[in-house]
Amino acid sequence: MNNIPSDIKYTKDHEWLKIEGDHVIVGITHHAQGSLGDITFVELPAIGNGYAAGETFGVVESVKAASDLYMPIAGEVIAINDSLERNPECVNESPYNEGWMIKVKPLNLHDVERLLTADQYKKLL
Amino acid sequence: MSSSTTALAQRTVLFDFHVSKGARMVPFAGWEMPVQYSGIIEEHLAVRQNAGLFDVSHMGECRVNGSQSAAFLDSICTNSIANLNNGQARYTILCQPNGGCVDDIIVYRCSENEFFICLNASNAAKDIAWMQKHTPGFNCTVTDECADWAQLALQGPKAEAILQPLTATALAEIPSFNFREGTVAGTKTIISRTGYTGERGFELYIHPSQAVALAEKLLHAGTAHGLKLAGLGARDSLRLEAGYPLYGHEISETISPLQAGLGWAVKLKKESNFIGKPSLLAEKESNNRPRVIHFKLADKRIARADTEVVNNSGIVGKVLSGTHSPSLGYPIGSALVEQNALVGALAVRIRDKDYSLEIVRPPFLKTSLHP
Repeated sequence: MNNIPSDIKYTKDHEWLKIEGDHVIVGITHHAQGSLGDITFVELPAIGNGYAAGETFGVVESVKAASDLYMPIAGEVIAINDSLERNPECVNESPYNEGWMIKVKPLNLHDVERLLTADQYKKLL
Repeated sequence: MSSSTTALAQRTVLFDFHVSKGARMVPFAGWEMPVQYSGIIEEHLAVRQNAGLFDVSHMGECRVNGSQSAAFLDSICTNSIANLNNGQARYTILCQPNGGCVDDIIVYRCSENEFFICLNASNAAKDIAWMQKHTPGFNCTVTDECADWAQLALQGPKAEAILQPLTATALAEIPSFNFREGTVAGTKTIISRTGYTGERGFELYIHPSQAVALAEKLLHAGTAHGLKLAGLGARDSLRLEAGYPLYGHEISETISPLQAGLGWAVKLKKESNFIGKPSLLAEKESNNRPRVIHFKLADKRIARADTEVVNNSGIVGKVLSGTHSPSLGYPIGSALVEQNALVGALAVRIRDKDYSLEIVRPPFLKTSLHP
C-alpha cells in the first residue's frame, strides 16, 4: 500500500531526499501525507536560509494536525515549491513529484549517505 | 504523525465493516472509531451536498421509567422536560451545582412516564451514575442501555430521499427534534430527526445485531444519491461549522452553558429548582464572565485547541476547537475569551506569531437545516 521509491533517501521523520546534480530536493513521504490526511497549508522557508540537519524548516498542516518539517541534511535553501501555497493538496496527490517542498544546496553532499534507504525506511513503518 | 492504539479501547459492532471500507481507525473517547474513509474534506462536502453515513454507536443510552420521571429529569436538566410531547426530543445540559456541565444530552419522551436518553460516549458512565445518585426522592429508575443500542447517523440534504424508500414511516411528518419508533429495511428502529452536522437528517437507533446489515442497506440505497461513509473527522468539522458544542471543548465541567452561548437551553424561569440553577442565575447577573466565541482567520494557519487568544494587553483567552473549514476553505474555531476583551481587536498566537481573528456568529454558512 505504501509507495516507497527505491531511488531516493529517507529520514525517520518521514521526509524524502533526492539528489539532483549538486543539490537535493526534499519533500514528505507517501506514508506521511497519508497519516496527515487532507493537507491544507504548507509553510516553507525563505530562499537563502541555512539549516543544520534535524532543524525545523517549515510546517505542514492538515485538517487533523500540524506537523514540523525537518531538514534531512545541513544546507542552504535555494528554491521552494511556490505552487504549494495555492495547491497544498499537491502533497497528498503527488508527494514525490509535484508535491516537492524545497531544494537545498548541501553543506556536504556526503551527508546523504547517512540517510535511510528505501528498505530501511520500509522497516520503520 | 504516529497513531497510538489503546489496549482497552472498545469496538462498535461496525468495526470490521469500517476496516473493510478502508477506514482509518483511531482511539476516541475509549473507543476505536473511524476518523476517515476516503478523506475528511471529501466526506465533509458529501454531507453538505448530498449525504453522509456515520457510525455513532459509541454514544451512550439510558432509560428513565416511573411515575415521576419527568419531575426527576426537570430537577437535573437545564431545559424543560415535563412539557415534551410523546415522540418529541429535546437538547439539554446536565449541570453541576456550580453551573459547570456534567454533559449535554438529548432526552426523548417515549410515553408519559418513560424517557430514552442519548449521552456522550466519554461521559456515559459518569452521567448514568449522576442520574442514579439523584433519583432518591423521585419514583423512577434509571437503566443503563449503552450495550443495547447501535446508532447510525444519516445526515445531509438527501437523507430523507435515501431513507424513505426503506421505511413505511412517513418521514416528512417527523418535525425536527421529533422521533418515531418504526422499521427501516425490516429492522426495528428509533427514527429521530436530529443530528450533529447542521444538515437535515436522521439518527437511527437499532439493536447492535442489525447494525452491519442496516449500514450496508443504507449505503446501497444512498449510492445513487451521492451518499458517502463519513468518519469522526468530518463529524467534527461539520459540527464546528454549524457552531455545535463538543463536550470537553465548548462546554465542560469548567465552562457553563451560559458561557457557551447555550442560554436557549437553560430555562432559568422553569419552576423546578434544577441542579446548578442558583449558580447560573448568579452568573447571568454577572457582567464579567468568559464567553465562548466563534471565529475565522484570514491566514491559512489553523489555531488548534489551547492556542492563546491575545489582545494588546496580553492573553485574554484560549482556543477550544480549531480546524480548516472544508466548506469555506479557511480556518475556523471557537475560543473562550474574557468578556471585557470582546470589544477590540483579538488575535490567536500560533508559534509566537499573532494572527488577527474575526468573530463570527455561527453557523458559519447556510445549510439545509439553517437555510
